[in-house]
Amino acid sequence: MAKFNYVITDEVGLHARPAGLLVKKAKGLGAKVTLSCNGKSADATKIMAVMAMGVMKGMEVEVTVEGDNADAAAAELETFFKENL
Amino acid sequence: MEVFQGKAIFGGIAIGPISFFAKEEKQVKRVKIEDTQAEVERYEAAKETAMEELGGLYEKALKEVGESGAQIFEVHQMMLEDDDYNDSVKNIIVSQSVNAEYAVATTGDNFSTMFAGMDDEYFQARAVDIKDISERVINVLMGIGHAKISDEPSIIVAEDLAPSETVQMDKSKLLGFVTRLGSSNSHTAILARTMNIPALIQVDIKEEWNGKMAVIDGFSGEFYIEPEPEVLEEYRVKKAEQEERRRLLAEQRGKATVTKSGKAIKLFANIGSVSDLPSALENDAGGIGLFRSEFLYLESDTYPTEEEQFKAYRMVAETMAGKKVIIRTLDIGADKQVGYFNLDKEENPAMGLRAIRICLTRPEIFKTQLRAILRASAFGNIAVMYPMIISVEEVRKIKAIMEEVKKELDEAGISYGEVEQGIMIETPASVIISDLLAQEVDFFSIGTNDLTQYTLAIDRQNAKLDEFYNSHHEAVLRMIEMVVDNAHKAGIWAGICGELGADVTLTERFMAMGIDELSVSPTFVYPVRQKIREYDGETK
Repeated sequence: MAKFNYVITDEVGLHARPAGLLVKKAKGLGAKVTLSCNGKSADATKIMAVMAMGVMKGMEVEVTVEGDNADAAAAELETFFKENL
Repeated sequence: MEVFQGKAIFGGIAIGPISFFAKEEKQVKRVKIEDTQAEVERYEAAKETAMEELGGLYEKALKEVGESGAQIFEVHQMMLEDDDYNDSVKNIIVSQSVNAEYAVATTGDNFSTMFAGMDDEYFQARAVDIKDISERVINVLMGIGHAKISDEPSIIVAEDLAPSETVQMDKSKLLGFVTRLGSSNSHTAILARTMNIPALIQVDIKEEWNGKMAVIDGFSGEFYIEPEPEVLEEYRVKKAEQEERRRLLAEQRGKATVTKSGKAIKLFANIGSVSDLPSALENDAGGIGLFRSEFLYLESDTYPTEEEQFKAYRMVAETMAGKKVIIRTLDIGADKQVGYFNLDKEENPAMGLRAIRICLTRPEIFKTQLRAILRASAFGNIAVMYPMIISVEEVRKIKAIMEEVKKELDEAGISYGEVEQGIMIETPASVIISDLLAQEVDFFSIGTNDLTQYTLAIDRQNAKLDEFYNSHHEAVLRMIEMVVDNAHKAGIWAGICGELGADVTLTERFMAMGIDELSVSPTFVYPVRQKIREYDGETK
């Protein structure tokens, strides 16, 4: 299992388009990715659940990756967060 | 003739018959199903069809409005593939032995209610997306085609329009939109802006309007049903002027505001509220040089909250997409009175407790506004300017308050952007000490209306003084020159945001003085730009 924290910089937060990008990425990883923020958590492959967290700019999300290649997947995901979210 | 007031999404005038866009009446009935497995398969098949339709819409939107407008359909596809959504539909079919239509409608309602209850309006607006995808699947299940619009070019009037409906319409038949629902943050509003279609929301629409002649005034937000011949004629003329201006603008659009001698001038627009934005954009303003924040206070019965102000500032910053937006802090008093401030009646309000003087005596009001401005600065290129300055001490006090507010935001972990701070030069005192003031701030913006009134000692409201009043008075023009010189010596820029800035008979003189910025009413951007581009003299 691997974990990292990230503060969202996207202006509108994890809203339709950014959430869509994340879900696409998470689906392609082949690992179980869970987001937690503000006491809520969601499976990162589920767009409705991700959006329903209502993550706005400036909020910190905890990203947990579970699976065989958790470390590599987490590293890849962290880069993705920095570049897109 | 009847006139209705709505909220303008995109400026422009549309004239034509109304086509009432009624979604085909469908009632989703709850029907008992024996073979639930077959029903789940029927749902799966309908979902696949809906996915294909969305793929087609993505392609259509990509061609017509570009990548950013098209992305929503990709997101819709993802929503439709969402596990929770699908599990909910299938679970309802199986556990309640009901038809797929009912299961989709119930699931759509549940999910959209969840989003509608969220705090942030961006998230709230997603409720519409969920309704849209659910309706799409239900239509496939029930074999309902898409609602058609009239074959004649017409103004579409509807309860609400989903983004997919907007894109599906044939653009050549679409003169404008008028809806009852919708928000300025909805995808449909964004699409209307991208497609350059006059659009109004929040209009109390009626189905009996179908086929009637109508006019959309996308500047004032008015919607005329069966306009009188004179009104119709007036709008035909306006529309022709608008088209002519568009044509000229299209020629000019993107061209730099540069003098022949090569000096680039910031040519910005003055706006009095969020609803003036479409006009600023339409006229190709390079930024907002004066955003009068008073409207927030004047339109309200009590002090506008930080959140209300933040939303308005953010909206303007986002819409201007990286272009400079200069927000002038509260400028009430004098001719603009607000009851709930409980200000005493003054003998001489123009010289009374107004503008920055109110802010400095009641810093809690000022701090609320500064917090809202700073928070909004994370969403665009915001600058702030302070009105009615007469001394260096005032500016230092203001800057100290600004620092306090920044510190509070830092402590709360709230982000904000770089905000330039400038002052209005509108008192003779500030002109005379502009060399000292220039050391304190990032820019000057000259408010020529008040500066003229205070310099000439002539009340602007008194018509009897017209024969003494000269807006081109040499004293005022020399003052402007002095301010520009002092600004440049200190390495900051100086502009004009008063009415004089739009006076094209003075543009050459302003260029010769070395003015760096002119902020004018949106409709003056084009003529002033023309003048600047023709100027071939020296600039300082």
